[in-house]
Amino acid sequence: MANDKRIDDATGVETVGHEWDGIEELNNPLPRWWLWTFYLCIVFAIGYAVVYPAIPLAHSGTKGLWGWSSRGQLANETAAAQAQRAPLIAKLAATPIEKLPDDPALMQAAVSGGRAAFRVNCVQCHGAGAAGVAGLYPNLNDDDWLWGGNLKEIEQTITHGIRQPGDDKTRNSLMPSFGRDSLLTGEQIADVTSYVRSLSGLEKGSASAARGAGLFAANCVACHGTDGKGLRQFGAPNLTDAIWLYGSSRDAIGATLTNAHAGVMPAWTSKLDPVTIKMLAAYVHSLGGGEDFAPAVVASGAPVPAAAPSAEASAHAKP
Amino acid sequence: MPSPEPGSGGALLYEKRQGVYPKAVDGPFRRFKWLWMALTLAVYYITPWLRWDRGPYAPDQAVLIDLAHRRFYMFSIEIWPHEFYFVAGLLIMAGIGLFLVTSAVGRAWCGYSCPQTVWTDLFQHVDRLIDGDRNAQIRLQKAPWTAEKIGKRALKWSIYLVISFWTGGAWIMYFADAPTLVREFWTGNAAPIAYSTVAVLTVTTFVLGGFMREQVCIYMCPWPRIQTAMLDEKSLTVTYKDWRGEPRGSVKQARQSSVPLGDCVDCNQCVAVCPTGIDIREGPQIGCITCALCIDACDGVMTQLGRPRGLIDYATLEGCAQEKAGGPPEAIVRTIFRPRTMIYLGVWAAIGAALLFALGVRRHLDISVAKDRNPPFMLMSDGSVRNAYTVKLRNMEGRPRDMVITLVGAPTAVMWSDDMPRSEASRALRRRVGADLAAAVRVYVIAPAGTPAQDITFTLRAQDEKSGVGAEADTHATRFDAPGETS
Ligand code: SF4
Ligand code: SF4
Repeated sequence: MANDKRIDDATGVETVGHEWDGIEELNNPLPRWWLWTFYLCIVFAIGYAVVYPAIPLAHSGTKGLWGWSSRGQLANETAAAQAQRAPLIAKLAATPIEKLPDDPALMQAAVSGGRAAFRVNCVQCHGAGAAGVAGLYPNLNDDDWLWGGNLKEIEQTITHGIRQPGDDKTRNSLMPSFGRDSLLTGEQIADVTSYVRSLSGLEKGSASAARGAGLFAANCVACHGTDGKGLRQFGAPNLTDAIWLYGSSRDAIGATLTNAHAGVMPAWTSKLDPVTIKMLAAYVHSLGGGEDFAPAVVASGAPVPAAAPSAEASAHAKP
Repeated sequence: MPSPEPGSGGALLYEKRQGVYPKAVDGPFRRFKWLWMALTLAVYYITPWLRWDRGPYAPDQAVLIDLAHRRFYMFSIEIWPHEFYFVAGLLIMAGIGLFLVTSAVGRAWCGYSCPQTVWTDLFQHVDRLIDGDRNAQIRLQKAPWTAEKIGKRALKWSIYLVISFWTGGAWIMYFADAPTLVREFWTGNAAPIAYSTVAVLTVTTFVLGGFMREQVCIYMCPWPRIQTAMLDEKSLTVTYKDWRGEPRGSVKQARQSSVPLGDCVDCNQCVAVCPTGIDIREGPQIGCITCALCIDACDGVMTQLGRPRGLIDYATLEGCAQEKAGGPPEAIVRTIFRPRTMIYLGVWAAIGAALLFALGVRRHLDISVAKDRNPPFMLMSDGSVRNAYTVKLRNMEGRPRDMVITLVGAPTAVMWSDDMPRSEASRALRRRVGADLAAAVRVYVIAPAGTPAQDITFTLRAQDEKSGVGAEADTHATRFDAPGETS
């Protein structure tokens, strides 16, 4: 290759001797400042290696004079973000949850914070869309609540959990396992099933359902109410509506009567601070089924503030 | 670009920059360059200070890139982030415009409009002002560091620095309200990014314009390579007409010579004025930014000698061949208006017209709907089906506006939003969106049990009917999911 060097006719410059499809390279000198730039880069690299972590050692690496670390940077940024959120957190801490809707901006902030906390703590059971899992975890988007669906009730449920031993404010109740404990016979269970299904129109009235009505009155009304609409104080579900956490088929209801369900949820007070719980409650309440919505904004037709403080807030004009 | 002695064996690896001390010159191209420099600098420095009334809700700066609020203002035009295609269109136009200009008049961008050229030109005038013209500059460069030289250098470099600072300072004015920013800047209240931007631009202007100069064009800039690839045999370049000039020799040599000499009197004026320090008589080369100053210089010499001008001139490769063969010089108009440039011009103009049209008919409100996919629908306790949507409303006018969202399709469905009780659900929601703002609304659409999955549409209509035009409206089609089938 070295022998292919030649003097280029047009420029009088020697070529480097390489050729690619007829394209040759002239051996022009590099500008000297280019060399200086190169030296400068070397100096910079040495400086960088001295002040930043750079050289790997057996177990860790050099720390660098400035003591920078990615964890440290994260800690700083987290601290800065927390400092920035501090006034909001303080305001949330000072506001009782039922007063949240009075301050739409604060409510909005709580819902956003709750959305983030939900993704970390709740999606494992309730799912990313809060739709729950049939037969296991309730759907939080709908308007059916076992233990109550206003802000305060939701907060209470999240704080103390469901059926958590050791928390005396936990949501607690226990449905008898009528079949397993031989409180009802198989035929009686079938009759109660007929009656329960007739309550929400899943079955028409029948002799079996009529027999079941008597059994229901004797065994179930204490918790589910005489009309079967449930009692939230016991987390007893409404049996007249369309929502069945554990299924609405004859088999499913029969199975529940035989071996009762007793779903549990952690008491988050031991893991999350009250403000996070408040935000979670606000978020769950905002999913579309929240009860006792207290409209905080002006009555219909009244003018709304012209210059809204933020894009979101400006949408809060009422229809 | 000096090269190592041919055949000298060991080639020079690194080369010290050869100073360039362009001589002052006068002529039509130089005057045009003065004018153009004044114009480009004026546009750059003055634009951010122009005001434009947009009412109480929008900034009154005529040209403003508002990064914080994600808006781009240009006189009566306001671009939102979702209309970024306007910016993309402008960039495509700039690209095609470059093709157009390059294929028609060669590296005119390099020679006249490139900031590197304009600022280098400016700094070279500063050199002449402080150090004198070419010869004085060379002498001073070689002179030892006397008090006078130190003084002159200090003065010159401070002027560089002031210009550089102004350059960086003007840049940030495009990104915030200029008068406010100036006040904040000098009271130490501007954002850190403002100071660092000014610092970086000051340093780059100082170094690139004051010292690197032609090195940027020759070694650092990709433009010459790209532009060179876009030139063809019909593009205008600055050309030394060697068939007319050679063999070169002074007037005295010509008198003594036995053979008739060419028109070039080897006075080196073209080299002396060249801002990149090259000799155009070596032929077209990448170092030539086609600033045409050598044309002015040579024309001056030719006029003095009573010979026709244009020994160095704008010419095309084709025209040169034709002239060499004894033909007449090619008419410049013919090289400029040829199919290639016309196609570029056509495409360029078509994109421009399309953008203008889009700008003319664009709506000043906008609705976009994102449907919840997880879960796709929700069964309520009474058996009815609920779908959730995040509806984004945009009000692109400089005043708050009332708007009504209506549901089209799914006749039995009603909707409500998360900021109102479900009991008030209806088929229309009225919202007020602040001036120049976007607002997100969580909308729930609920339909009785048994409603099948179907397509629905949200319509947004402004409540401020313009006379004759009707109310502005926008629609967004989406889907209503129900048990049994989901989209
Ligand atoms: S050769 Fe002529 S046109 Fe090219 S850069 Fe030099 S002076 Fe300008
Ligand atoms: S200025 Fe014209 S005459 Fe003088 S050396 Fe250059 S080409 Fe020749």
